[in-house]
Amino acid sequence: MKMIAIVSRLAWRNLWRNHRRTLIMLVTIAVGIWAMIFMTALMRGMVNEMVRDAVRVLPGHVQIHHPAYLDDPNIVNSIAAPDEKLLEVLNGPDIVAWTTRVRVPAVVSSARESRSVTFLGVDPATEAAVSFVAGDIVQGGFLENGDDDGIIVGRKLLETLETDMGKRVVIMTQDPDNEIADRGFRITGVFDANTDALEEGYVFTGVKAAQAFLGIPDRIHEVAIVGSDFRQIDGIYKAIADATGPDFSVLSWTELNRYLGTLLGVMDGFVLIWFVVVFLALSFGLVNTLVMAVFERVREIGLMLALGVKPMIILSQIIAESLWLLGIGALTGNLIAWLTIRPLREGIDLSSYADGMEMFGYSTTLYPEMTMGDVVTANLVVLSLGIIASLSPAIRASRYQPVEALTKV
Amino acid sequence: MSDIQCVDLCRTFYQGDTAVTGLDHVSIDIKKGEFVCLVAPSGGGKTTLLNAIGGLDKPDAGEVWIAGKRIDNLGKSALAEMRLNNIGFVFQAYNLIPVLTARENIEFVMEVQGIPAADRHIRSAAILAEVGLEGLEDRRPAKMSGGQQQRVAVARAIVAEPEIVLADEPTANLDSSSAEQLMDLFVALNKKHNTTFVIATHDQRVMEYARRIVKMLDGRIDQDIPQVGR
Repeated sequence: MKMIAIVSRLAWRNLWRNHRRTLIMLVTIAVGIWAMIFMTALMRGMVNEMVRDAVRVLPGHVQIHHPAYLDDPNIVNSIAAPDEKLLEVLNGPDIVAWTTRVRVPAVVSSARESRSVTFLGVDPATEAAVSFVAGDIVQGGFLENGDDDGIIVGRKLLETLETDMGKRVVIMTQDPDNEIADRGFRITGVFDANTDALEEGYVFTGVKAAQAFLGIPDRIHEVAIVGSDFRQIDGIYKAIADATGPDFSVLSWTELNRYLGTLLGVMDGFVLIWFVVVFLALSFGLVNTLVMAVFERVREIGLMLALGVKPMIILSQIIAESLWLLGIGALTGNLIAWLTIRPLREGIDLSSYADGMEMFGYSTTLYPEMTMGDVVTANLVVLSLGIIASLSPAIRASRYQPVEALTKV
Repeated sequence: MSDIQCVDLCRTFYQGDTAVTGLDHVSIDIKKGEFVCLVAPSGGGKTTLLNAIGGLDKPDAGEVWIAGKRIDNLGKSALAEMRLNNIGFVFQAYNLIPVLTARENIEFVMEVQGIPAADRHIRSAAILAEVGLEGLEDRRPAKMSGGQQQRVAVARAIVAEPEIVLADEPTANLDSSSAEQLMDLFVALNKKHNTTFVIATHDQRVMEYARRIVKMLDGRIDQDIPQVGR
């Protein structure tokens, strides 16, 4: 403990022998840490928002289907409503919300136009907590209950069909007997999603109304489940898979959307690479600072060795100087990152780039997300690699012969 | 018993391909409490011998014994330990740690030895008074004259009550008055603490204080002369 006090005191005072050099190094480290955390927060926010938007469209975190449904979304590839065993899991504490859907491909026609869509029969009470549609109604209102046979369409589809609120459209699809099933539905609501693809791709009616229309009483095609965190779904996934058995297909959102699932994994690796690259850039300055500090104090090091200070203490002193620099720089960088990210928690408006953003599936509002994991990782990278970078000048200093160092010109 | 014993020491330095003899079969015994001056012209080997005695430089051959223990075959850490607990050093220049105050410089060796702060403060205060530097405790070396710095170095060298004080040209950068004051201090400390003093010098003023003069030439002991001293 005593040597720690001596080493720390000497290291601290030696740092300030050259104020300018030390301040430059502190600023460098602070900016490096800030860049690590800030850029990661932006990237993390962008990707997480993409994932949330994608999950919120319809998939949820986990879905249950008939084993053949995803390859062939045919009306006959349906499942029964959740049984008692599955209900126990679905209503458990780890699941935030779940809903059941009838879901078949169909064609929607107005008096003027036709489009292929996915026809969804939903329970509005449970659907609201799982997907986007209930919260994005811009005209009319969402479905009142499962028997509601009104139809909710997207704004873009409304334009495409050249129709309007209150008008009727015809839904045509196939029934379980491979016969054409068609019926008129009155438009009772219009939703506005982030992308035209969503607005043109999906129409919604009440689940019981859809079942009656299609002639599949008590049958559904999809159960969508939402947990508390899209990153932590292994537990609920396993519980649902155990409760459903081999006669059902249970898939996580990463399996349903492999692109985003892969993107999330790549993102974590990219963040680490980004941290290391930024650190490598500032490490040159750190090493140079310490090399100069040792070079300028060779005689003093020789004196300390002559007085009986052990080489390991000399090494520790140089490392301690590095730790002071890294510690203060990191603290400052963390503080600046927090101060610059916090005001942006309401989001950065990128609507002037909206068209381009939507094309890539990005939201027009960017919400930086500073996670404790990223902050800890950034600081650990800087501190650990900083110590490693400091070893070379520190070892060099500890290896001086006393008389050689004392007589250095 | 000899405090310091050197047996057949040899040391050679190389400047490029040229070999320079530092020590040429040097043997010397110095008893406890002796006040010895090593005298030689520049390059005569006095500093090399002093460094060998202090464990700052390893001889190429021969043995060095300090207080009955052989030191020339010790590792770096053991040598540092030996120097810390047995030897005080006063160098010609660059004696002090620039970022420490006078008191902190004096207490530095004691702090490394692990002596409690209260004891350190008492002893450093007493030594500062003894060397005539009361009032300068909190000054850093940059704010002190050369003579004051040397006094602080002397205080640091003896405050831990080492067995041996090795001084290499301690008066080289001092004026006559300061040099005289320094040597008076050395003699007083030698008599008071019975500390062994070995001083490398070619300063005639310093030689007058010695009770034994060892003259060296070309890395060898040429003459070993007892005298009364001041």
